[in-house]
Amino acid sequence: MNKRQFLKGMILFIPAGQLLETLARQAGAAETGKKEPARQDAEPDAGLGDYRPAEHWYGMGIEIDKCIGCNRCAEACKAENDVPAEPFFFRTWVERYRVMHDGEARVECISVNPQQRRADREGGDDRDVLRTFFVPKLCNQCAHPPCVQVCPVGATFSTRDGVVLIDKDRCIGCRYCIQACPYGARYFDHRANIADKCAFCYHRITKDLLPACVEVCPTQARIFGDLRSKASRLVRFQRMNKVGVLKPALNTEPKVYYAQLDGEVR
Amino acid sequence: MIAGIPKGLSELMGQVTGYIYPNEIEIHWSILIVVYPYITGLVAGAFILASLVKVFNVKEVQPTYRLSLLTALAFLLVAPFPLLLHLGHPERSFEIFLTPHLSSAMAMFGFVYAWYLMGVLLLEIWFEYRRDLIVLAGQERFPLKWIHRVLTLFSKDVSDQAVAFDRKAIKAITIIGIPSAFLLHGYVGFIFGSVKANPWWGSVLMPIVFLMSAIVSGIAMVIFLYMVITAMRNEKIDMRCLDRIASFLFYAVIVDFSLEALDFIHRLYESEESIKILGKLISLKLFMNLVVLQILLGMLIPLAILVIARLRHFNEDMRKLLYFTAVILIQMGIFSTRWNVVIGGQLFSKSFRGLMTYKMEMTGLEGLLTALVLLALPFVILTVLIRILPTRRLQDPLPEVL
Repeated sequence: MNKRQFLKGMILFIPAGQLLETLARQAGAAETGKKEPARQDAEPDAGLGDYRPAEHWYGMGIEIDKCIGCNRCAEACKAENDVPAEPFFFRTWVERYRVMHDGEARVECISVNPQQRRADREGGDDRDVLRTFFVPKLCNQCAHPPCVQVCPVGATFSTRDGVVLIDKDRCIGCRYCIQACPYGARYFDHRANIADKCAFCYHRITKDLLPACVEVCPTQARIFGDLRSKASRLVRFQRMNKVGVLKPALNTEPKVYYAQLDGEVR
Repeated sequence: MIAGIPKGLSELMGQVTGYIYPNEIEIHWSILIVVYPYITGLVAGAFILASLVKVFNVKEVQPTYRLSLLTALAFLLVAPFPLLLHLGHPERSFEIFLTPHLSSAMAMFGFVYAWYLMGVLLLEIWFEYRRDLIVLAGQERFPLKWIHRVLTLFSKDVSDQAVAFDRKAIKAITIIGIPSAFLLHGYVGFIFGSVKANPWWGSVLMPIVFLMSAIVSGIAMVIFLYMVITAMRNEKIDMRCLDRIASFLFYAVIVDFSLEALDFIHRLYESEESIKILGKLISLKLFMNLVVLQILLGMLIPLAILVIARLRHFNEDMRKLLYFTAVILIQMGIFSTRWNVVIGGQLFSKSFRGLMTYKMEMTGLEGLLTALVLLALPFVILTVLIRILPTRRLQDPLPEVL
């Protein structure tokens, strides 16, 4: 093959490549067009009724001293969001911390099984305990979420009201997001073969209802609110408490704020 | 028990030491994800060995040039399968090509892979084999004749000019190919190294360590294949070639070992928040795989063997035996390296308070059997490739047939 023939070949090859690309684009457009009849940039809030995502910026406050570890939040969440009943799939869970006199912190997840819970409560010697408290955990709905960054297809994304959601029809189940989450907030739903996690009960908050865990909390240890509204309970919570977030050094900018956060909590 | 939830997960709850976040009980990236970087590493390493001949003019290594290219191709063809089999929705995998999320390292897989396969490897192989295949097609009968004609894309020009152009093209492709091979495997390292949530993975050295271990494993694999193939064909091994490749292997192992040692010392010296749990991880979960298999058997002993083979003037048979032992140990060591990165990184809780257990499936889709099949598949492909594409160059000048 000489240079001339090679160039001739290239002249044929390049338009053929472009043709393929055009076909792929058309196929892609047809596929996305089917799912989103109104183009996102044209009418971003279509289908949400009066709700305007851009006017909100949601977060949650947790007052650690108010949590009594009753686990109602975790149970309500499982029921509301169809989370598998197994004791290792949670969108929200409660951790019990016991810091001992020798400085060791003993941590456990409060069981969804009442008998196990009773056994956990009664076991162990309380005399060595220095301090003890409960910490509810959930997806931190980070403003700078590593899970969103790593998703190869954009199936997990940040909404304009500050919630990290998962598009169940787009997730390919690679589980990179689960690896990237520093808080262990994600699990793999084996029924649908996709990643799943807390969505702040997005189906409820967009209808002006509270997330299920907040709704059932008997001591109001969880405060849900809109950081854009000065009158919101969350803004008041932030005004009245010194708050901290989990793993701030990772720069994920969590929007779940803890009052009375102990240094042992990770 | 809900349908579809792996049965073993409840059992694993009893095997947790310390505290883990409840969702962490499941090890998400299984043995298939161990196989994936192992295979891409072999691709990158074999290609870099091949490019020594073309770019750096290391003439002694010429006998393994084609074998290296075909090895790289055989493994590259298998590389996407462990990923596809692992996906929850493999039928949606094409989304990565159509609507890639550009901030995701993983979304680049398709492009890096396609570029390396089509822009580098197939192109180089085509230019390398074009003349020989035209000549062969002229001498053969159906069906090989037609296979070869199709593979040459029906080109027929074997003039000196055309062959000279082939050579130039190969050189150009190799020069682009080296950074591409670096990209292919460095990118795999980046997938792990960029996870800031995981202190076992999140290290800027990760892509470089991956790359060096890739070069080690690729060179060792080509030595292994070269020795096995010559033995099967009852041919004589070109000892100058073998000694030379073994010396490259020696240097590559030294660099790889230094990098890993640097990583280890750096972690130990910085002694960050995660150091305690990582110490427990090594002593309780990875001692056998990391200290014994990876470092001792997979690196120090082969290194010692290569040193001995260099220093002492052994006869050919003894050197062959030493090299062969070393490359097998190295393969095992590099596989352990991949295991320790991928599985090891998932055996401790991100709360830094506890350790999990990985229970490998045997027969499932993500089990040992699948992994073994995927590891054997490249050798099958390579056997077919060698049948079609001879590893030895046809003699110059051309036979009379043309």
